[in-house]
Amino acid sequence: METLATIWFVLIIVLWMGYLFLDGFDLGVGMLMPIFTRDERQKRVLLNAIGPVWDGNEVWLITAAGATFAAFPHWYASLFSALYIPLTLCLLALIFRAVSIEYRGKGHTKVWKSFWTWAMALGSAGTAFFIGAMLAITSSGLPLNENGDLVGGAFAWFGWPTIIGGLGGLGFTFVHGLIYLGLKTEGDVRKKAQRWAKRAMLPCAIPFLIWFGLAIAHRTWLVVIVAVTVAALIAAFAAVRAGAEKRAFVFHGIYLVAGLAAVFAGAYPNVLPSTLDPANSLTIASASSSDYTLTVMLVVTVICLPIIIGYQIFSYRMFLGRIKETHIPEAHRVPVAIRS
Amino acid sequence: MDLDPVLIGRWQFGITTVYHFWMVPLTLGLGMLVAILQTMYHRTDNEVYLRSTKFFGKLFLINFIMGVATGLVQEFQFGMAWSEYSRFVGDVFGAPLALEALLAFFLESTFLGLWIFGWGRLPRAVHLGSLWCAVIGSWLSAYFIIVANSWMQHPVGVEMVDGRPVMTDVWAVLTNNTAIAAYTHTLCGALAVGGSFLLGISWYHLYRRRKDGIDTIGENKKVIVGSAPDVPGRDALDHEVWIRTLRIGAIVGIIAFAGVAITGDVQAKLMFEQQPMKMASAEAACHDGTEFSVLTIGDPSSNDCKGVENVFEIPGLLSFLAKGDFSTPVHGVKTLLPEYQAKYGTHLPDDERYGQHAGEKIDYQPIMIVTYWGFRMMIGFGILAAGVCALGLWLTRKGTVPLSPWLMRGFLLAITAPFIANSAGWIFTEMGRQPFVVAPNPAQLDGVYMFTQAALSPELTPGMLLFSLISLSLVYGVLMVVELRLLTVYIRGGVASAMPELNATNHTPRITNDDDVLSFAY
Repeated sequence: METLATIWFVLIIVLWMGYLFLDGFDLGVGMLMPIFTRDERQKRVLLNAIGPVWDGNEVWLITAAGATFAAFPHWYASLFSALYIPLTLCLLALIFRAVSIEYRGKGHTKVWKSFWTWAMALGSAGTAFFIGAMLAITSSGLPLNENGDLVGGAFAWFGWPTIIGGLGGLGFTFVHGLIYLGLKTEGDVRKKAQRWAKRAMLPCAIPFLIWFGLAIAHRTWLVVIVAVTVAALIAAFAAVRAGAEKRAFVFHGIYLVAGLAAVFAGAYPNVLPSTLDPANSLTIASASSSDYTLTVMLVVTVICLPIIIGYQIFSYRMFLGRIKETHIPEAHRVPVAIRS
Repeated sequence: MDLDPVLIGRWQFGITTVYHFWMVPLTLGLGMLVAILQTMYHRTDNEVYLRSTKFFGKLFLINFIMGVATGLVQEFQFGMAWSEYSRFVGDVFGAPLALEALLAFFLESTFLGLWIFGWGRLPRAVHLGSLWCAVIGSWLSAYFIIVANSWMQHPVGVEMVDGRPVMTDVWAVLTNNTAIAAYTHTLCGALAVGGSFLLGISWYHLYRRRKDGIDTIGENKKVIVGSAPDVPGRDALDHEVWIRTLRIGAIVGIIAFAGVAITGDVQAKLMFEQQPMKMASAEAACHDGTEFSVLTIGDPSSNDCKGVENVFEIPGLLSFLAKGDFSTPVHGVKTLLPEYQAKYGTHLPDDERYGQHAGEKIDYQPIMIVTYWGFRMMIGFGILAAGVCALGLWLTRKGTVPLSPWLMRGFLLAITAPFIANSAGWIFTEMGRQPFVVAPNPAQLDGVYMFTQAALSPELTPGMLLFSLISLSLVYGVLMVVELRLLTVYIRGGVASAMPELNATNHTPRITNDDDVLSFAY
């Protein structure tokens, strides 16, 4: 029982790592749309750098939520209902982010373009903020009663974890998007992204570092993993300074993965602590599904996840190569096939 | 304020789900048709199919993204608004949702990205394969979500442990007969949507070609195909694109209707067994009998069978639909009510998880006016859609459409018929399940059922629910206007809206040293 539930806890955290590592750069690029450049063709370089892959990346989020429902229904139910207001806002953000990517290029007026540019930016920022906040909240806890329901009103979830996790999510994805642009584009966009990444990386990491560091309060030995996180961040920073984009991208990923590992190893075996009474806390044992369900899902996941990662790598390889402004075709105006 | 949170929660779930299911059948049906069109192109190298693929593929994508965006809400709102439900069913209900993401959504999203950007960059066979992977992904996702829904209609493969159903047989859940029937029924319904979509839009373009004097009718009443170099994309091949997709759409629509009828019959027979009350109130059948009601008047909304009067009935038909013969009487509401009360109680338990509904009398009968008319609208609009397809085939036998603006408008409007049938069917089956959120399985009397009144997240206030109901509805409303506007613009542009190279006025190539300009970019 405990072993299976523990494996599933690890898997779900891995799914969240996958989501933030992959869709993280999509969200970062989305936020950069209105502020990075005024030039329309450069904006389209940004958009097309993530164009073929963002939707596949977003599925990591859907899978994380679905797997939480399947493996830990009580965790899913308590967390999602307690965060009713912030998740509603998160969903609105996700909706605008998704639709803006597809629709922005399909109109040609200034108003249309700038509306979808801002929809994409705010949608990406909102998603990054609320997902970061949600993860911080589930590690730090909520005022839950013995049924696992939020006590204290619609905003009882709000507190320091919301702010630290939210800002951390914004900061991480913002920098991750810049590193990705350095890796994926050529020309002015690449140079500018490198410059911005150099300046933004360390200040943007502060909230996440605080959150990661707090894990030590639960288990002292986690100081080792937190040290790995800090070292990876420094290595990523050094790589950005040296213009080694691939290395920067990888180390920025290690920084995220090690940090989340520290946080959730600290929280274990709690999946959602209650700040009212430790007896109300949801743990891997009290929140999980039956052994049968966990086993079935584990078999499917063990078979599927490598295949999924395989074809996602295939998809990235198909679109290998840097995008530059000259690659971007002339904006295509839809004609009217009507005479008279 | 005396607002009932359960009622607001149900409205929210209903609005977001019906809305989501406008995008979904078009994604399922049109996606398959586009994949078939591209396969034809791959096999024949006929440019007609390339153009059809590009044009309808573009419309497919404009719609697809809305399905993705609104689907996220579905995945989250079980936990957000229905946490008690999620806790109760989580052991069995979460699995298909996770399987859907793992087996279907990754496939669909990753390969659709490859398809969108892969024109001219991927080898042709790989590019075609990507579309097929995406379409298979979307068809698989429909299967898993219907498995989940069918478990709510007809729970199987579980046993009760500590008051919660625990999954004991995943195979039984995946092969639930309710799920197989509902899945095939839904896919046929989706193909009907795709078929009508092709028919209506191709009709419009054939009409425009005639109206603009490009195509004319010769002495022998057959079409004389012309071309108009001044209008983007209006060459002779353009006519072939529209007449061929029109016919494919119409034929698919007719075949899909046959499929809908057959699978619907299977589904109805299962429903008479599994949820007799739902079928009885679909028929406004108060008393036992064999008659199928063609028209019932009175006040079915009173829900007490008092004012209901069956005006016109076909004897024997109901028995045939339910049991396959003409004489076995089908139980009516009045017979079923005491049975339900004996099995599941007359009043909700006086328990705080029922909130303000604790101790209330249970109304086992769904809202009859919704089930009765929902059922009939589903059937009626389904028949209408198929009839329009048949009419379309016949009217275009000379190679083009009649020069009538009203017919053109009618055929465009008829695109909505299968959508209405789809929505009506789902509204019927979901509201017909009430007062249960998990309907009991009469063959397995093991307490695996749940009243909707007990399913809502306890911490939610009417204000919180209204906040999300109103904000989501507003955003959905605006996005619907945007989507329809974009579809209109791209439809009016014809094939040239998806193939810039056909647009003669667009020939101002940028001077660039790079010869690898992307063939597609956002």
